[in-house]
Amino acid sequence: MTDLAQSGDAPRPKMSPPADQTGIVGWLKRNLFSSWGNSLTTIVLIACVVWIIDWFIDWGLVNATFVAANGPECGKNAGACWALIGEKYRYIFFGSFPYEQHWRPLFACIAMLAMLLASADRRMWNWRLLVIWSVGSFVTFLLMFGELRFPLTIFLIVGLVVGGVGMGLRAGIASPREMLTYRVLAIVGGVGLAGRIAGVIPAWGLEINAFSYVETGLWGGLPVTMILATYGLVFAFPYGILLALGRRSNLPLIKGLCVGFIELIRGVPLISLLIMASVMLPLFLPTGSNIDKFLRALVAVIFFAGAYIAEIIRGGLQSLPKGQFEAADAMGLNYVQSTTLIVLPQALRVVIPPLINTFIGFFKDTSLVLIIGIFDFLNTANQALVDPNWAGFPGEVYLFAAAIYFIFCYSMSRYSKYLEIELNKGTRR
Amino acid sequence: MIKNAIAVGVAAASIAGFSGIAHAGKDLDAIKARGSLICGVGTGTAGFGLADSQGKWTGLDVDVCRAVAAAIFGDSEKVKYVPTTAQQRFTALQSGEVDMLSRTTTYTLTRDTALGFDFPGINYYDGQGFMVNKKLGVKSAKELNGATICVSPGTTTELNLADYFRANKLSFKPVVIEKADEIRAAFFSGRCDVYTTDASSLYSVRAANVPAPQKADDFIILPEIISKEPLGPVVRHGDNQLADIVRWAHFAMLEAEEYGINSKNVDQMLKSEDPVIKRILGVTPGMGKALGVDEKWVVNIVKQVGNYGESFERNVGMGSVLKIERGLNKLWTKGGLQYAPPIR
Repeated sequence: MTDLAQSGDAPRPKMSPPADQTGIVGWLKRNLFSSWGNSLTTIVLIACVVWIIDWFIDWGLVNATFVAANGPECGKNAGACWALIGEKYRYIFFGSFPYEQHWRPLFACIAMLAMLLASADRRMWNWRLLVIWSVGSFVTFLLMFGELRFPLTIFLIVGLVVGGVGMGLRAGIASPREMLTYRVLAIVGGVGLAGRIAGVIPAWGLEINAFSYVETGLWGGLPVTMILATYGLVFAFPYGILLALGRRSNLPLIKGLCVGFIELIRGVPLISLLIMASVMLPLFLPTGSNIDKFLRALVAVIFFAGAYIAEIIRGGLQSLPKGQFEAADAMGLNYVQSTTLIVLPQALRVVIPPLINTFIGFFKDTSLVLIIGIFDFLNTANQALVDPNWAGFPGEVYLFAAAIYFIFCYSMSRYSKYLEIELNKGTRR
Repeated sequence: MIKNAIAVGVAAASIAGFSGIAHAGKDLDAIKARGSLICGVGTGTAGFGLADSQGKWTGLDVDVCRAVAAAIFGDSEKVKYVPTTAQQRFTALQSGEVDMLSRTTTYTLTRDTALGFDFPGINYYDGQGFMVNKKLGVKSAKELNGATICVSPGTTTELNLADYFRANKLSFKPVVIEKADEIRAAFFSGRCDVYTTDASSLYSVRAANVPAPQKADDFIILPEIISKEPLGPVVRHGDNQLADIVRWAHFAMLEAEEYGINSKNVDQMLKSEDPVIKRILGVTPGMGKALGVDEKWVVNIVKQVGNYGESFERNVGMGSVLKIERGLNKLWTKGGLQYAPPIR
């Protein structure tokens, strides 16, 4: 008995799991070599990867030419011709922007990147965002254009909008003094605009001339891609929100207009909108009046992106339980307040991943502007290929372009992943 | 909203800044007031119009723009180049977005009349040609019986091809592909024996697009040219003086070549006693005044751009990678079609 009791109480010596279940060997066995079929697949795939990497190192590094005077000299080695990229990278990045001033689009790109990175931080999602984007946009466009002119009309419109939105948003919350400020802003803006339209107030503008003027026709490469994608989507976003809200409106006229617009735009490809903007629109305008080609392309992108964003946001709005709307009404909030304070923050949180997906898509779609003669990043890369002195190395240029696109799109995709986790902290257990 | 407003304001300012004003007959005034010529070029054709590594436009068609600017301003650099695609080139000219087009555009009756344009000159006589692999051992298009031929659909190229083969009682198998780069890929990979399109474009493809293991020398362009494709600059109806300047800028380059004036000897030629050369170079005044430009206009063109022969050799001829024969583009004195009326 005692023996038995003793043997029951005595701690059994701990045994480690079998050697082929732990460590690297165990992991390999579990994940890669768990059966004959899997082992075979693993071996074949590893062989393929090794073969590709080996080929790439041979082609891209060992046999590659990094310095050459022209294409034929570059083609002597069997490997890649990276000298072509060395020769053309400035054109690929900045297009026909005056060569000696390439630092301007360079810093404009850096400013835009900084602006985007800063606004990626959730701590900035308040009034700071407005400051970041005002400063960033100002720097970007000042560098790109060289000089800027803000007409009086712009200030008046801003006054009217800020006043109007403030009056709606802060009704019943703000102190009488704050309310008075909004009213004054709105009245000054409205009366000023009316005066401007009637011609009573003379045209006046704030002019800033920092560098020599470079028109949009000379822009090209990365700044064009970034400006079209960034500002196209920045304008499309509020516009898409309005469309989405309009589509759920109780007023049949507004609802009908929004539905019609969204379905019309979603029913045609982007390329046809761009051709419409660049070929048809100028024919309808009187001779002599001419809208900048770049602006036309930007507007086409905004319309197109707006329709898609509206549908994404509508999905977010529909996912909200009805109780939220009713609770907002019960609190005595007006439409603007309940929408901006209760409905939109919840709806937008739901749709952030699909939104960023759209952003990634549009970053790449902007290459379609070649059809109207604007050279974005991919198209300047294409141009570099046509040069007969450096003919015959399309692979190198496209790899280079693909690498740049990948950096942008992959970081956006990672950011979306991070946001998804970050924003769903409240709902996860 | 502020950033919306800024961008709109920026765009509005940019429009106000440089939109080309184009009331009938006022194009030249607008160009002078603006201080630069806005020239519509292609989106990249080797030898004819292409942005180089520094973003500067070069090519035979670009030289026409530079010559016009040299005539108007005395400075061939005062040109703004606007890339235009085949689809939007005519709208860009009609709407006044560009002052003139110089981008391998074929001169036809409907374009000259119904579209409301003028073709002041022909700076390159092109025609449809055939490119084959040397390995086939073909020396003439007449030997192409039974060949598979890569061609793009819905173009005059396709119709010309059918006509030519029917007229010569030959048979062929067409491989019809819409996109230019796909046609090239099909041809270079050997899916078809022959690639047919405008000869200038064949030369340009041969120089620029042959994929790596093959070389440009592996392909030959057959001597037969089976259609007429006169390419030249285009202006819109309404300003005859601008059309005159474009026309005579081109003729001046031809006249300069005919009388042996080039960018290197133009200063010595100023001392020439030949009355024709004296008139051309403005030593005997009158020609510039008649055209409404500076008397030194030809000197400026030849010095900064060169005569037609120099421009041809530098951009597409033996001095370039394209190595196109002068052919039809020789001067009339050498048996070609390039013929300029006298400057007098």
